[in-house]
Amino acid sequence: MSVLVFAENWDGSFKKSTYEAVSYASSLAAKVGGSATAVVIGNVSDTNALGKYGATKALQFDGDNMNHQGIASILAQAAQATGAKYIVFNGTWKAKGAAPRLAVKLNASIATEVVELPSSTTPFNVKKKVFSGKAFAHVEMAGDVKIIVLSTNAYGVHENAVSIAVEKGSGAATEKDVSLQHVEYQKTAGKINLTEAELVVSAGRGMKDPGNWGMVEALAETLGAATACSKPVADIGWRPHHEHVGQTGIAVAPNLYIAIGISGAIQHLAGISSSKKIVVINTDPEAPFFKAADYGIVGDALQVIPKLTEAIKKLKG
Amino acid sequence: MKILVCISSVPDTTTKITFADGNTKFNTAGVQYVINPYDEFGLSRAMQLKEKMGGTVTTVTVGRADTEPVIRKALAIGADDSVRIDADPVDSFQVASEIAAYAKDKAFDLIITGRESIDYNGGAVPGMLAELLGINSVSPCVKLEIEGNIATMQTMIDGGKEVVKSNLPVVAAAQKGMVDESELRIPNMRGIMAARTKPLAVVPGSASGNTAAKTFDLPAPKAACKMISADNVEELVHLLHTEAKVI
Ligand SMILES: Cc1cc2nc3c(=O)[nH]c(=O)nc-3n(C[C@H](O)[C@H](O)[C@H](O)COP(=O)(O)OP(=O)(O)OC[C@H]3O[C@@H](n4cnc5c(N)ncnc54)[C@H](O)[C@@H]3O)c2cc1C
Ligand SMILES: Cc1cc2nc3c(=O)[nH]c(=O)nc-3n(C[C@H](O)[C@H](O)[C@H](O)COP(=O)(O)OP(=O)(O)OC[C@H]3O[C@@H](n4cnc5c(N)ncnc54)[C@H](O)[C@@H]3O)c2cc1C
Repeated sequence: MSVLVFAENWDGSFKKSTYEAVSYASSLAAKVGGSATAVVIGNVSDTNALGKYGATKALQFDGDNMNHQGIASILAQAAQATGAKYIVFNGTWKAKGAAPRLAVKLNASIATEVVELPSSTTPFNVKKKVFSGKAFAHVEMAGDVKIIVLSTNAYGVHENAVSIAVEKGSGAATEKDVSLQHVEYQKTAGKINLTEAELVVSAGRGMKDPGNWGMVEALAETLGAATACSKPVADIGWRPHHEHVGQTGIAVAPNLYIAIGISGAIQHLAGISSSKKIVVINTDPEAPFFKAADYGIVGDALQVIPKLTEAIKKLKG
Repeated sequence: MKILVCISSVPDTTTKITFADGNTKFNTAGVQYVINPYDEFGLSRAMQLKEKMGGTVTTVTVGRADTEPVIRKALAIGADDSVRIDADPVDSFQVASEIAAYAKDKAFDLIITGRESIDYNGGAVPGMLAELLGINSVSPCVKLEIEGNIATMQTMIDGGKEVVKSNLPVVAAAQKGMVDESELRIPNMRGIMAARTKPLAVVPGSASGNTAAKTFDLPAPKAACKMISADNVEELVHLLHTEAKVI
């Protein structure tokens, strides 16, 4: 039985979230007794890389920068051609946009924000995030075809090298599928993508002034971390909106989340509770964030951050 | 412009989430319900578009009578009329099917949803709804401008933003930014009074879902936080390196 996985690429290269989805698909295939077939849309230089994470086949389709409908349409054709019963997506915006449309096309059931492999396959039961990370639900999926959309960084990337056969897929998106017109991209150049980041340095109103963010960025750069912020800081324009994490912002799941001058409101915690380790730096020993933290420093951020950056530089030699 | 705004009634963001009946049900005791925050951005944008271009704003909610306070709030903010599709929402597919069945022959020019409900976090209703209606969708939609028969929208991609264009009708799934935080509409006294007599039609639901949340659990509680002196950040770096092994 074939498990299909959408192997998303960005201008011809894969990212970590692609490998995460392929890792999940190959483990799922082992569970249901089948193999993982990757669907690649657009020109990719190194499709063979998917074999490292367990994909035994890759179907290559034409179409650069395809929109949600185009992706759904191509995947529907691939699913029908291969008779796939399971289709796995990574947790990116593109994937999250395409998967629901595909579910309707295939009359499939869908679970999004999935964090683990199914706990059972008959009935098919998966664990997903609900209430913006404040809780989990165990969802039973009916239907002949099942679509799983992963929560980024939850399952992780697992190597499982196999030999991969790359073939041309048959099928294409139609005029109607691509009637949503692309106008332009506005890329945030050079920055580490927040949702995928393994290390995140985040700061809040305790920083007092946007002028103080230089030291936050220096710390992030030293660590190789992405930068984030609390909602009020984005609302008053100290930081761009795409850095706002929490219940009404971006949800993150890094290995390390450093929260500086953030009080730890329930809405903020909702978006970061999947972080593996949390460091809190705050002048107020009673700040609620310490209850959610693994390591804490009570102190003035403006003094602590430069010292921390220095200490990390020393560690890295 | 005939605009439809999909409104989900969700627990207030400050709600402490707990479960009842052996972790099989969300514990609603004492929970305050609000308009899903993303839907609030969408409704506020719908009001701005109506004021600029004329037309009507209708809201639709799939839910039981207990969602009516939230629907009245949408009317108080300025929607002209509301529809409640009387059913227990179970999943994204059922909700999308109900809304599609209702909207199918009403000739809406624009359908606005939120990008995700903050309770079930499906993020699937907008895409499904558009697919069921055979129209374009943009999710998440950070900016939405309408000119003539064309919607120009800004969406998020990983690593930036993309500007796209579509003919109407289209489904736009609101994300923070669709209006400025300061432009979010809050009901005033006059709005609240007017809302009492605005039409709220109740129609029966008939769709079914294909997934079911069987049980729930909460994240494992954290061990106590290790406190480190502000004069000893080297100790923190050491612990992150050797104990937590994250740097
Ligand atoms: C519907 C709704 C949705 C929301 N969604 C979100 C969301 O998604 N994300 C989000 O973040 N918030 C969200 N909020 C807002 C949330 O309730 C809090 O108001 C917000 O998180 C507080 O931001 P903050 O911690 O930066 O600021 P504050 O709460 O003002 O905290 C500042 C902290 O900095 C500390 N501090 C002060 N000076 C220093 C210093 N020199 N050094 C170190 N520490 C210092 C203080 O002790 C304090 O703990 C939402 C609110 C609502 C109503
Ligand atoms: C444990 C649990 C118990 C629940 N119990 C109830 C309950 O008893 N009563 C109840 O009313 N709901 C209940 N819900 C919510 C219900 O399940 C959701 O409305 C439905 O599943 C769709 O959510 P979604 O996350 O898939 O939507 P998403 O796809 O994330 O939502 C995106 C957008 O679609 C629109 N939308 C979503 N749901 C609706 C809706 N119901 N009506 C109109 N527009 C909508 C909104 O614009 C929303 O912003 C419960 C959810 C959970 C997690």
